[in-house]
Amino acid sequence: MSDGLDLSRVRFSRTGRLIIDGVDATVPEGSFGVLLGPNGAGKSTLLHLIAGIERADAGALAFAGTDLAALRRRDRARRIALAEQETHDAPELRVDEVVALGRTPHLGAWSGLGERDRAVVAESLAVLGLEPLASRDYSTLSGGERQRVNLARAIAQEPELLLLDEPTNHLDVRAQLTSLELLRSLAAQGRTVLAALHDLGLAASYADHVIVLDGGRVVASGAPAEVLEPSLIREVWGVEAEVLSHPSTGRPIIAYAGVSSAQTPEVAFDPRT
Amino acid sequence: MSPTPAGRGASASERIETSTPSFGSPGLDTGAGRPARPTGSRPTGGRGRTAAWAVTLGVLLAASVVVAVTIGPAGLAPADVIASVAAHLGLGEPTLTPLRDGIVWELRMPRVLTAAAVGAGLALCGAVMQALTRNPLADPYLLGLSSGASVGAVVVIVLGVGLLLPFAAFAGALAALAATLALAGAAGRGGVGGTTGGLTPTRTVLAGLAVSSVFGALTSLVIFWSATGDSYREILNWLLGSLAGTDWVSVAIAGGALLVIGIPLIASARTLDAFAFGDAAASALGVHVGRSRMLLLGGTALLTGALVAVSGSIGFVGLILPHAVRLLVGSRHRALLPLSALAGALFLVWADTAARTLFDPRELPVGIITALVGGPVFAVLLMRRRVS
Repeated sequence: MSDGLDLSRVRFSRTGRLIIDGVDATVPEGSFGVLLGPNGAGKSTLLHLIAGIERADAGALAFAGTDLAALRRRDRARRIALAEQETHDAPELRVDEVVALGRTPHLGAWSGLGERDRAVVAESLAVLGLEPLASRDYSTLSGGERQRVNLARAIAQEPELLLLDEPTNHLDVRAQLTSLELLRSLAAQGRTVLAALHDLGLAASYADHVIVLDGGRVVASGAPAEVLEPSLIREVWGVEAEVLSHPSTGRPIIAYAGVSSAQTPEVAFDPRT
Repeated sequence: MSPTPAGRGASASERIETSTPSFGSPGLDTGAGRPARPTGSRPTGGRGRTAAWAVTLGVLLAASVVVAVTIGPAGLAPADVIASVAAHLGLGEPTLTPLRDGIVWELRMPRVLTAAAVGAGLALCGAVMQALTRNPLADPYLLGLSSGASVGAVVVIVLGVGLLLPFAAFAGALAALAATLALAGAAGRGGVGGTTGGLTPTRTVLAGLAVSSVFGALTSLVIFWSATGDSYREILNWLLGSLAGTDWVSVAIAGGALLVIGIPLIASARTLDAFAFGDAAASALGVHVGRSRMLLLGGTALLTGALVAVSGSIGFVGLILPHAVRLLVGSRHRALLPLSALAGALFLVWADTAARTLFDPRELPVGIITALVGGPVFAVLLMRRRVS
């Protein structure tokens, strides 16, 4: 099947260090995929490769049957959006202006926002409940508010494939669940979603499909209930956990019991973190 | 996918379903329930507001050009200026005496127009550089481009090949820019910044300081070594900038460069907006990050070179005006770039008028005036942004 995202033997190294080491993965079209893995596993880098920010050294990346390497950058940006965590100083732009940046790949150099562009921006603000903040300066927002603005910007790009790096960071519990439910409903409308998450419990509750990355390799992928087993969690994260079943949803619940004793020192002083 | 009457462009089937997840519920941090922070709201960068400012600044600039030409000894009135211009454009009969007409058309008008073109170009370069380097302190003068351009210009003048003047100044500006960015990047790699974190605002400005010190010294050296007469004055004019002695050739060089390079720079507004969240985000929005940055920074070096060739290195115009315009219309470059250019022109027309009249008959290098205004602005920016 090549209707969704299809990665095959993707390799990538930066400054001589192999970061993505032959990744094979698929996310079916219209499903909510979650990328899991410890710090330094290569999750963010893999998202960058899919978004075309960096180029894979080898392997094939395809979406809906199209080779991503063959797409022009602008055409790719019309189909794929990436919402990242803030790593820079916040710019002095209004919230609605930030969301309107998502229209960039759809506009020519001289053309302003058209009626449809404005409608999409308004819609994206509404979906994330950002109307009250629309005229606020982005740099005055809290971390959680910024996170939602970034997500709105990505949605305003109207992507077929939506990539997200840690979209629940800085959010309170309700906002975390709301974001994930939004992503799930976007997937239900036919968009393909791939989000890197740290929280195994949230992944277990919401993902249609999980991909577990460790040391730049895929160590497991599939439905959360099949993949998230105590042995895998111990092996990849060095954590003891039991996996229960939610009494009403039937989805897996991760009940942590503590850090695996043999791995304590390594985890505590992991230089990659 | 035609827009519905309600203005919501997305068709019903495509519309993002809002009913399931909702951020608007109680207990959620939407900011709706708390008082608006007074500093949080930005001016709207809307079309109407931008157009209103463009018209205001345009009218002010046109009026300022006429009034500035009247200022100085000879007692001219605005009507004389308009009559002289009309006569030279073939729109009326000459009414002024040849002497007074010469003062308007040969002396003051080229100087005022050169000031306008240089001011517009420097402000534009500053705004573009601030976006590309994500550095609120970027400016052709502070990053060393102006000093580099001065060296190129002075060397060519000493060698007596005047035709090459703008190109040599461009080469100098480009060399200085490359040196500044390389130095800032090299300084960054020593720290924890990694491969992309090197160009912090402070490091870039410090690198620019080092580069402009060296290039400024080279300019002085070349002039002093070659000079026959008043080399100190000459050195001052290059280092601090001066519009004394500009003629219609200066107007052609500065104005031509402004049109040929400034318009493409203004057309790149959307690309510059996309840089707001850094290179990765720009790339994800479809921007060719490396290529765009090289082309646009090359454009600012070219424009700076042409401007410095006629005026020396006038500082701070590229720093002050874009920040002032941001207060009026926000940070969107479609509004910021053209308005910065207009404001820069207006500012330098008056700064130069002050420079040539304050100590009449002696002339002040105009860079002294711009530095008097720009230095405090720089300090405020430094404190306000807590730049790292």
